[in-house]
Amino acid sequence: MILSQTINSGLRKIPTWTIYIVGGAWVVWMFYLAATNQMGPEPINALEREYGELGLKLIVLGLAVTPLRRWTGLNLMKFRRAIGVTAFFVVLAHFLVWALLDVGTFGRMWTEIVKRPYVTVGMASFIMLIPLAVTSNNLSIRKLGGATWRKLHKLTYPIALCAVVHYLWLVKGFQIEPFVYLGIVILLLALRQSGFKWPTGTFKPRAIKGAASE
Amino acid sequence: MAYRWKNDLSHADITPKSAYLNRRQILAGTVGLGAIGLAGGAQAQDGLEPNTLEEIRSYNNFYEFGTGKEDPALNAHNLDTSNWTVKVDGLVDNPGDYAMDDLLAGLSVEDRLYRFRCVEAWSMVVPWNGIELADILNKVGVQSSAKYVAFETVVQPENMIGVQRRVLDFPYVEGLRLDEAMHPLTIMATGLYDEPLAKQNGAPMRLVVPWKYGFKSIKSIVRITLTDEEPPISWNKANRREYGFYSNVNPTVDHPRWSQASERVIGGGLFASRQDTLMFNGYPEVASLYEGMDLSVDF
Repeated sequence: MILSQTINSGLRKIPTWTIYIVGGAWVVWMFYLAATNQMGPEPINALEREYGELGLKLIVLGLAVTPLRRWTGLNLMKFRRAIGVTAFFVVLAHFLVWALLDVGTFGRMWTEIVKRPYVTVGMASFIMLIPLAVTSNNLSIRKLGGATWRKLHKLTYPIALCAVVHYLWLVKGFQIEPFVYLGIVILLLALRQSGFKWPTGTFKPRAIKGAASE
Repeated sequence: MAYRWKNDLSHADITPKSAYLNRRQILAGTVGLGAIGLAGGAQAQDGLEPNTLEEIRSYNNFYEFGTGKEDPALNAHNLDTSNWTVKVDGLVDNPGDYAMDDLLAGLSVEDRLYRFRCVEAWSMVVPWNGIELADILNKVGVQSSAKYVAFETVVQPENMIGVQRRVLDFPYVEGLRLDEAMHPLTIMATGLYDEPLAKQNGAPMRLVVPWKYGFKSIKSIVRITLTDEEPPISWNKANRREYGFYSNVNPTVDHPRWSQASERVIGGGLFASRQDTLMFNGYPEVASLYEGMDLSVDF
């Protein structure tokens, strides 16, 4: 726990807006690389993948915040909203590259969404992210009430699952990476089941309760 | 039997080496202006402009060396191509283990500027150097009972990271019906842009069947077997629903997970739009091979 406390006190000095700045700068930087032919001979697919993978990573990281705190004492709670909102914008960028640069026309977009299961689940994941991004502010929490807000934000679970299935479904042959993500997401979801017993002595229940309502 | 097929474009139309080595820089410059990639995309769609050597060597599927498009370029240098031997067996008059040079000795190497369409819906144009497969088959003597040709890629587990990860059931195997194999368009490529094949492109010899999806054009071949039964092919073994034995380029038969009606042209840059995929990848002369077949069933 000493290590996690050191990291936590370091993290306390980092303002949350750093996440938005770094995330936004990364999105722009990747776009610049793709637009200037520095992302291989087929930049559209490469950019789509970059955005898609970071989006998935951020979604998984957002899901991991509470378990990380409970298991390791590492406290990323204050960054959770920024992680979630940044995930939304990165997935939005992923969607826009697909819609505008890859598929190109609305007709083809609709056909793809309806006909291709991997696109369908990807779209579902993206659409579910929208209400979460819109309500990721204190005003929304007050207006909706903590309980309703928490219920709404449980959408993160199907979002993560759909995102992983989307990834699994689009690769050819047996590839390990999407299965690694699937394993992590299933583990994180399992850890959050109410019946799961947390190991004792690693956290203060009251502190967690307060944090979880944010 | 050589020279049975003629390019619409002659060898002189192939971009000179100095130009194709520079095209990337020119393209990069154009895109930077914000006029936005139109140059590369449009050129690739009129006529047949070959992709640059760099593009052809850096964007590959060769799952023995990893599943990423850049993996083969990074890992294929491990492939050992020295003393390349090809086993020729099955229904042939002269079976045996042939040194590659012996197998190809005396046969004509031709320039073939072909479209290359991947099943993943991207495409390139490649200036191959190769020998008509028919010439090789005639040299080893095909017996009259043979109906199919099976091919096998080398397996060097210690040199092939993808083989260690069991991405597919290796060795990679492919096959053609005998009339497809004998068609003048079908070649055994040994080079491109008048240079020996790079290892990621399937050195030292690979099949090129331009009217079929790229995975049919099996790389780094070590075995050619004439048979009277349809041979198993790797992608069909991995997923029967998605990859058929024929796998002819066909814009009207979609892959179960994605559309085959259009393709992304490699080298067009970030802002190039898709182009329509052509039936038989723009080689209508092969249509007669499939007369009377339902190509949505025999996909």
